[in-house]
Amino acid sequence: MPEAGEKVTVACSINEKRVTLRAFPMERLLDVLRRDLQLTGTKEGCGEGECGACSILMNGELVNSCLVPALHAEGAEIVTIEGIARGEELHAVQQAFLECGGAQCGICTPGMVLAAVNLLDRTPSPTDAQIRDGLSGNLCRCTGYMRIFEAVLHACRATGIHK
Amino acid sequence: MTKYVGKSAPRKEGRDKVTGRAKYVDDLTFPGMVHGTTVRSNIARGRIAGIHYEPLIPWNEFTIVTAKDIPGRNSIALILEDQPCLCDSQINHPEEPILLLAHSDRYLLEEARRAVRVEFEPLPPVFTIDDSLARKQVIWGEDNIFKSFLVKRGDMDAAWKAADLVVEGEYLTGAQEQLYIEPNGMIAVANPVDGVTVWGSMQCPFYIHKALAALFNLPNERVRVVQTETGGGFGGKEEYPSMIAAHAALLAWKSGKPVKMIYDRAEDMAATTKRHPSRTRHRTAVTRDGKLLAMEIDFALDGGAYETLSPVVLSRGTIHAAGPYFCPNVRISGRAVATNAPPHGAFRGFGAPQSIFALERHIDRVAKAVGLSPAEFRRRNFIQQDQTSAVGQVIHEQVDMIHLLNRALQLSDYEAKTRRFAVENPGNQLKRGMGLAAFMHGAGFTGSGEEYLASVAGVEATSDGAIRVLSASTEIGQGTNTIFAQIAADALGIDYESIEVAQPDTSIVPNSGPTVASRTCMVVGKLVESAALGLKETLLRSGFLTDPYSADQFTVACKHYVSRHGSLKSVVQYQPPPGIHWNDQTYQGDAYGTYGWAVYVAEVTVDTRTFETRVDDFVAVQEVGKVVNPVLATGQIEGGIAQGIGYALYENVFWREGRMVNSQMTNYIMPTAADLPRIRVFFEEHPYPYGPMGAKGIGELPMDGPAPAIVNAIEQATGVSIAKIPVTPEVLMEALEAVHA
Repeated sequence: MPEAGEKVTVACSINEKRVTLRAFPMERLLDVLRRDLQLTGTKEGCGEGECGACSILMNGELVNSCLVPALHAEGAEIVTIEGIARGEELHAVQQAFLECGGAQCGICTPGMVLAAVNLLDRTPSPTDAQIRDGLSGNLCRCTGYMRIFEAVLHACRATGIHK
Repeated sequence: MTKYVGKSAPRKEGRDKVTGRAKYVDDLTFPGMVHGTTVRSNIARGRIAGIHYEPLIPWNEFTIVTAKDIPGRNSIALILEDQPCLCDSQINHPEEPILLLAHSDRYLLEEARRAVRVEFEPLPPVFTIDDSLARKQVIWGEDNIFKSFLVKRGDMDAAWKAADLVVEGEYLTGAQEQLYIEPNGMIAVANPVDGVTVWGSMQCPFYIHKALAALFNLPNERVRVVQTETGGGFGGKEEYPSMIAAHAALLAWKSGKPVKMIYDRAEDMAATTKRHPSRTRHRTAVTRDGKLLAMEIDFALDGGAYETLSPVVLSRGTIHAAGPYFCPNVRISGRAVATNAPPHGAFRGFGAPQSIFALERHIDRVAKAVGLSPAEFRRRNFIQQDQTSAVGQVIHEQVDMIHLLNRALQLSDYEAKTRRFAVENPGNQLKRGMGLAAFMHGAGFTGSGEEYLASVAGVEATSDGAIRVLSASTEIGQGTNTIFAQIAADALGIDYESIEVAQPDTSIVPNSGPTVASRTCMVVGKLVESAALGLKETLLRSGFLTDPYSADQFTVACKHYVSRHGSLKSVVQYQPPPGIHWNDQTYQGDAYGTYGWAVYVAEVTVDTRTFETRVDDFVAVQEVGKVVNPVLATGQIEGGIAQGIGYALYENVFWREGRMVNSQMTNYIMPTAADLPRIRVFFEEHPYPYGPMGAKGIGELPMDGPAPAIVNAIEQATGVSIAKIPVTPEVLMEALEAVHA
């Protein structure tokens, strides 16, 4: 059971803010983010690490927060979708999703945006194959991915790093 | 001239979606809210012999609801009302709801669910279309048949005699899960004082409204249904959300607390609706020079345990079964039968992907039998303007399937690739092929459906002069908010940004019908356009506004009008286009006001060692009337094709005793970003006079073509004719080994 044992204190950084959480060690980080911190932009699609709707960035890695025990967040640098825009100013990837039709129903969008941000951080000028590979852990049932690929390329162009 | 329609206005709610601010049902929390869950049957058919509550659970802390707690009728009101909300004795399918539990602790709730032991007396079940038709057990009505249709045209007997060739075939399609990424969910607040209110993920607020009013025996005004941001539907949130809303509301009614009920993925996949499995038999008479003489089609759907929407799915599948061809003699028999599986339901295409898969596979085989290429045979038989369809509809609209075909062949380089692959394939482990499918999809409800619905939509001015669109059509990703705002902005001659689209809330918006059947843009969008024009007319006549006017003048006029008269609202009800007649008895007439027309081409590679099929290129050419928003429309087509590719190759529901056993994303496989080809979308536009600024419906069309195009391409690549989908590696291995044995 996730609530087995005693609650523990977990100190980490979320969206560049130091936070101290009280959580059961094996509780899903997804639940802690959504319930205790009201960071509901992180979504649950399958609960088993297949769909990527709960993707977050943890120490620079894209991870499924439904598979991360709360205890693992100790000392981690976490970024959720809420930490991507600067106030009202959208990240280039978010702006590109908006312009290119990368979001339809929107439920996969937070995870997909984080996957795209992570991809471009690692590979500023990705090939088609690298884009597909970088997003293949995030399922979208609406778009057929074409507009999302285009959004990633558009974001590259917008930031002037695409060759 | 339009300023917004025809251009890609940015998605209205896009900013909230890309920032994670959009609120879906599971993102909402109410004070004092508890969680609800459902205890379900684990047998396919039988009787409930007893319900036992295992010890070690503090049952006194739980709200427990059974059928006895239902204030009104124990059924989910839809068409027939044959589906109970909670079983009280007879079980007709696995995962049928029996009992509801609520508690504030989600984890304890799950333990409690497992600690309710239901004792069953099993009865013999029926799981296949053939066993159901043979009445091995009568499990529904007198003969297991939910609905049957018979379409007759011409003289079949004479046609068989005149035929040079008769080609027969049988085609099978499997169930398909809608797999919206947001699972189903509802929150309910319900008590005898305030009535019943639900918030949730849905396509059809007024379907839920109707179901709740009957279940609680409440007058309409005491039931309120609010759609929250909805993470995909594809038909999967057409009818089943009424069940979930009913359950959440019953728990809320009894507990006196707000109840949240969110399905996890496994429950959503195993318990809720899927696309109807089908079996289609074709017998086709042709002349030596490749003219269709007669088509006999026997179309059967597995409807699952209750009637729900099966008659309507069957109707669309039956009407589309003869496709975009002219044939003087046609006989189509359609039947939807009962089995002891959870009821199958709405899924994009609604019966047409099944009957069109069969037809378009079969047409390739007929072409081969008469010695014509798939393209040439189709060219000789396409229906033309002013010809009559199988259901007796004279096609008055401009239709040019030959042009669509030629364009698709050219864009895909079909002929040259076909020749090249024929040379390269022999002796090669990787075999490549081209396949095409030609089809149409009727927009809006079938036959007299739109007249019965009599939908209403409106436009109002707020006191600060803003314009708000009022409709029950839900935004589920397809772009309702955006296109309605574009249409209203152009009708009023004001800015897109100044138009709001009201959240569907049955206490505020009129009943503009369900968000299904490719009808939102064409039917409800037209009502929005008419309502906007009505509002403008009112302002002009009142003297507050004179033509020509600026956006600012318009806003000022609205403010003046509202301050003088209290409100400014224009509401319009659907009127059928002139000259549209449908006969429900003979099943003849104008089945749809208009159709989307399309030709799709798939290019595939089949690996004859691993038996995997990969789609390398996909060309989609379609005529859909005026394209309201090119980015959204292209996205709709691409998304539908992706689902069609999944339907053709990957998406396989495994059944055991009527239950889906692979109810996880781990073992039910949908296409990922790595699996899909480049999907190339091309539009032709013949404006439809009765759609907003000429638009038709497009949502379902792209679901119909991919599967037959892909399987036709597999045949060209391998020489093996496969008659069922999905074509998993196992299916392909069996087929290829049978040939080479």
